[in-house]
Amino acid sequence: MLKKIMTVLFILICLILQCSVLSALSLGGIVPNLLLILTSAYGLIRGEKDGLLIGFFCGLLLDILFSDFLGFYALLMMYIGFLNGKLNRAYYPEDYKLPIALIVISDLTYGLICYVLLFLLRGKFYFFYYLGHVILPEVVYTVVAAIVLYPLILFAEQKFHSGDKRRTKGFV
Amino acid sequence: MSPVIKNRGEKFTVSGKFLLMILTILCILLMAVSFGTDVLNRPLNTAVGYVIVPFQSGIGKLGGYLSRRSEELVAIRSLLDENAQLKEQIATLTEQNTLLQQDKFELNHLRELYELDQQYDVYPKIGARIIGRDAGNWYATFLLDKGSEDGLDVDMNVIAGGGLVGRITSVGPNWSKVTSIINDNQNVSGKVLSTDDHLIVSGDLRLMADNCISFSQLMDSQGKVVEGDKIVTSNISDKYLPGILIGYISVIETDTNKLTKSGQLVPAVDFEHLKEVLVITEKKTFPDTD
Repeated sequence: MLKKIMTVLFILICLILQCSVLSALSLGGIVPNLLLILTSAYGLIRGEKDGLLIGFFCGLLLDILFSDFLGFYALLMMYIGFLNGKLNRAYYPEDYKLPIALIVISDLTYGLICYVLLFLLRGKFYFFYYLGHVILPEVVYTVVAAIVLYPLILFAEQKFHSGDKRRTKGFV
Repeated sequence: MSPVIKNRGEKFTVSGKFLLMILTILCILLMAVSFGTDVLNRPLNTAVGYVIVPFQSGIGKLGGYLSRRSEELVAIRSLLDENAQLKEQIATLTEQNTLLQQDKFELNHLRELYELDQQYDVYPKIGARIIGRDAGNWYATFLLDKGSEDGLDVDMNVIAGGGLVGRITSVGPNWSKVTSIINDNQNVSGKVLSTDDHLIVSGDLRLMADNCISFSQLMDSQGKVVEGDKIVTSNISDKYLPGILIGYISVIETDTNKLTKSGQLVPAVDFEHLKEVLVITEKKTFPDTD
């Protein structure tokens, strides 16, 4: 239960940070994608089911607040969470390389899909401009944010890991 | 394999793939439903309004504070540099000031001519504060701290500093979403104030960084439109009220078809530093044609 409350809190805090504080502090108009970090990290840590659920709700919130129609971001984020969850078996809490690499790949995919579906289909063909000015800066900024955010998620996850018997001894 | 698997005896769970399938179908349904109608908007907007918007209003202030602090830091670092630049700027600004005074004189003159002044005053307006910006990097939408409870509604025009910002595209009880005219998928029908030539103003992500928007399909057969001309919303626009200032032409080029012209214009609104806006509570209405 506590775990669920923590997750909801994390999602809300990240969403609010992303669209208020970080927008005010954006570098060159680019905002890091905190919700994607959450989706990707939770997918990896908890597995595909939690990953896709968290992705779905993060995306749905984005849809309601910022999208012209519902379901687009929800679908995209859900699949990102699901695919990240596929790698749950390769997850170790001590390993930071895999989650960061996954976040890079996820954000890159997210950016490319957004470009293809939202811009390319409307006849905007300047791919390299969008790659250099939106997609890649977002990836870089997101990785920087992930280096701060991922340990926090991991810490919360280990602290409130109620069902896990391995952690009851209090020694990591 | 059955999609419903029993894990620990009595507790029953749904497998990930099955859930993915259900939610995918749900998403596609949502897209289909929300693309055509807005039945879902009301309950969802209300829910979001009570969960997120109160936090946002508070944290928006924090964001403003932080951005001011960060701006200060940058300012301190580059103070010396800026000093020299500022001196240069004073010179250019003085020059600009005289130009602007001329512009102002011209504007007053034109307002008299077009009775714009009167028109602007006639529109009833409500002030609102921006509490959030698009969480993604592809579009430029804002959230306002007022909604249907304050009398706002979809398609109302939003202005700031005398220029057009955009229009409301979604409302909740205590918040609303503004789609700005610099958004990549927005087109506004405008006209050149001095010659009454119509054109289409469209937002462009590639120009957003330079704070510009592009325009196209300007039929300027007499070649009278020049850089610096004012663009206002035209009376044939179906969402925007006529005569609201959009911006000034900065670049104008003849298209390859030699018939129309296109180029860029500088919006009258500084979208990057927008904090408060005015919402015109009057909507464009049409006489019943059918």
